[in-house]
Amino acid sequence: MTERLTAQDYPIAEKRPELARGRQGKGLDEITLDALGRGAVALEDLTITADALRRQAEIARSANRPTLAENFERAAELVDVPQDVVMAVYELLRPGRAKSAQDLVEAAAMLRETYGADRMAAFVEEAADVYERRGLFAFRF
Amino acid sequence: MRANRWRRFSDWDERPLRLDRFAAEDAENGFAAFSSPADPEPHVAVEAGRIAGMDGVAEADFDMIDRFIARYHLDPEIASEAMAMPSPEIARMLVDMTVPREALVRLAHGMTPAKLAEAVAELNALEIAFAYSKMRARKTPGNQAHVTNAKDDPLQLAADAAIAVALGFDEIETTMRVSRNAWSNAVACCVGAAVGRAGTLFQCSSEEAEELQIGMAGFSSYAETVSVYGTEKSFVDGDDTPWSKAFLAAAYASRGIKMRCTSGAGAELLMGFHERKSLLYLEARCLCLQRAMGVQGTQNGGIDGAPLTATVPGGMRELMAENLIAVWLDLECASGNDARPTESEIRVGAKIMPYLIAGSDLICSGFGSILKYDNSFNPSLLNGEEIEDYLVLQRDFEADGGLTPIAEEDALDLRVRAIDAISAVFEELGLAAPTAEMKGSVAAASGSADTESFTPREVVAISEAIRARGITVVDVIRALDARGFRQEAENLLQLVKLRISGDYLQTSAIVRDGRVISAINDPNDYLGPGTGYRVDEARRAEIAAIRDVLTRETVIDQEEEYARKAATGLRLKTMGPAGRGEDPREVTVGISPAFGRKLFRTLGGLALSDVLSEIVAGIAEGGGTARLVRMGHTADTSFLGLSAARLSGSGVGIGLQAKGTAVIHHADRLPHNNLELFSNAPVTRLEHYRQLGFNAARHAAGEIPDPVVVPTRGEAMGARYHARAALIHAVETSLVGDGAAPEDIALDPEGPST
Repeated sequence: MTERLTAQDYPIAEKRPELARGRQGKGLDEITLDALGRGAVALEDLTITADALRRQAEIARSANRPTLAENFERAAELVDVPQDVVMAVYELLRPGRAKSAQDLVEAAAMLRETYGADRMAAFVEEAADVYERRGLFAFRF
Repeated sequence: MRANRWRRFSDWDERPLRLDRFAAEDAENGFAAFSSPADPEPHVAVEAGRIAGMDGVAEADFDMIDRFIARYHLDPEIASEAMAMPSPEIARMLVDMTVPREALVRLAHGMTPAKLAEAVAELNALEIAFAYSKMRARKTPGNQAHVTNAKDDPLQLAADAAIAVALGFDEIETTMRVSRNAWSNAVACCVGAAVGRAGTLFQCSSEEAEELQIGMAGFSSYAETVSVYGTEKSFVDGDDTPWSKAFLAAAYASRGIKMRCTSGAGAELLMGFHERKSLLYLEARCLCLQRAMGVQGTQNGGIDGAPLTATVPGGMRELMAENLIAVWLDLECASGNDARPTESEIRVGAKIMPYLIAGSDLICSGFGSILKYDNSFNPSLLNGEEIEDYLVLQRDFEADGGLTPIAEEDALDLRVRAIDAISAVFEELGLAAPTAEMKGSVAAASGSADTESFTPREVVAISEAIRARGITVVDVIRALDARGFRQEAENLLQLVKLRISGDYLQTSAIVRDGRVISAINDPNDYLGPGTGYRVDEARRAEIAAIRDVLTRETVIDQEEEYARKAATGLRLKTMGPAGRGEDPREVTVGISPAFGRKLFRTLGGLALSDVLSEIVAGIAEGGGTARLVRMGHTADTSFLGLSAARLSGSGVGIGLQAKGTAVIHHADRLPHNNLELFSNAPVTRLEHYRQLGFNAARHAAGEIPDPVVVPTRGEAMGARYHARAALIHAVETSLVGDGAAPEDIALDPEGPST
């Protein structure tokens, strides 16, 4: 993706439909009721892609919403992370789940190494540091 | 003897308002809306492009919330500039229509929670509402409905979802009485919401992990249950941290699901961790945090804490102020107005008005589209009972509250269609087989108390099967299509397809006419009168089209229908031009132009034949002689009476309009200085008309009788009569001819009226 989208390209489904493709490459006009009936379209084709999230991040940034853009960029890294892994990391980030900073540091390493989720990993490492300062590794239940 | 109480207080004790309880202001214990001695002074320290201190706390002492806000919300390049500006000056910019929204949003990026709170606290309630209207992110206002029922009955959920869609809600939210029913509720609502039109966003408020799974299965399209809090202790007590919630925010976006956070005044107070801070300051922290997390929007404005906030002085103003901070921070705002904060209908109406007039991304973050007892979130500010009140408020103020009236005949059709659709899906997927009796009972039911449908236990089995079998929205779309619900299948597919582009993840996104509109392509561009959102002619016509509206034609039709059915017995024969009478006992009754011609009953529902008979009998009882005259030159009560008096041998006359308003007049008096006036036609009974005739005859005899008293408690001026009274009078005046001479008439029981 070399072109940087702006608010002018929004909504992508109308202004830049050629850029809107499902996880398996299907375009919007290929995803029809008949195709679905034939079994040619699956739930997988109806999910968002990392590219779509990065494009929405560009649009958000051009509209002066940098924090929203960062969220979309973190989300782009999670697109391919399986649901159970996502939920496990979320659970670990809740108070008292991790018993030490090390648990979070390991989760961050896993996100970085297995899924290339660099931003998310840094975010989890930051949490480890803050939780340590604020005593959040205390026993809760 | 000295009374021990003014009884007015006993009357007041009986008002619904007195069921509300009010709390004394007590900042030490967290009961303070706008400011507390414990609130910090606004402050920021920027060192080497980094935030080194904020609102009186040095970086080393930051709690989690401070740290997250300093790290992700505050822009060090703007902070020094924004924080140096006096708060009153910023407050004036908020209400200055020439200062564009973007300039204020930019400043907010450099403002701390204490600074934002201080600036909005400068504004009174009207200024807050105005600033909100200017600062909200999306131009076109919208609304959100709750669709739930006390039985978790999927047939009723589908029917009620279809109704919510028809009413124009942009989002519908469900939750369950029994948490295991989440999957059944989700399928039922998403099928119901596909009936009628495409694009209504749907959420199933459930446990975090399950809600995300329901979203991944394609049933729900947004979430708003991600709560944040304004103190570290309440955050941890709520079992989360800013980092865990921000992670969840990214997780939702990664699944293509629109998400907003939830926060609201009073949450920290309810949880017991308020740190003696004001409600507004704590909420400002929540909102800065949400922007820092990168969520597109917030559900804000008290929410579950609204009823508590409404107990303190300025509580309702505070709810408006926190909403203003939300939109100033450029967040989509589902602006509360959900949890019902009062038993007083006046307080309910007052609460909604500023939002209705200012507009909001979602005016209610949960308008109860179902009856109060069916609202599984607890009753909303407005519920199914009050939808028409809200529709009328829209019409009164020509304000777009996001809803559109529905025609009675369409409503039942939609319900039947939705029930058939969900039944077909259940049958096709082998989940259940609803009977015709079940379906019929739900279609007509106003609420779940009227239905003979699924029991909660049967719903658990359906819900467990959907979850365990891994049924997704694709299966549901295929089932709809296979069973002939092609349009509904298309509608549902269109909604799910929106995920691919991610367009509805942007700030304030909703779907209108199949198109995503958001703060990007429909930005609020308010810069004074004529700019920003305006109700256009087409939308105005929709808003105005409430049911059962009187027109001149309906009034005339109703009168003719009445005359035909009631066989009024009023036969008036025109005898010729009326001259001055000679009989000193004569009382002339001057009737109005449409009396007995087009109009046949009073506003109180009395037949004009009976009214006339009673007056004539009363005149006779009083020793007078009655003469009837029809006036053609006026329909005004006073002039009817005065004209009649001037034709009368005694100088005393009665003026009588068809709607029942009457007057006793004297030929020597000024037009509006009559002898007796009977202005309360809706409550004037036959005995009063008889007494009127009697008194007129006594006046003719030179006596001063006791005036007739028509008892009223004010109901005669009730709003129910006004439109009809005006339309009836228009019928009268349409028959008035300039200079038309009075004509004698006679009661002619045999002949037709002439």
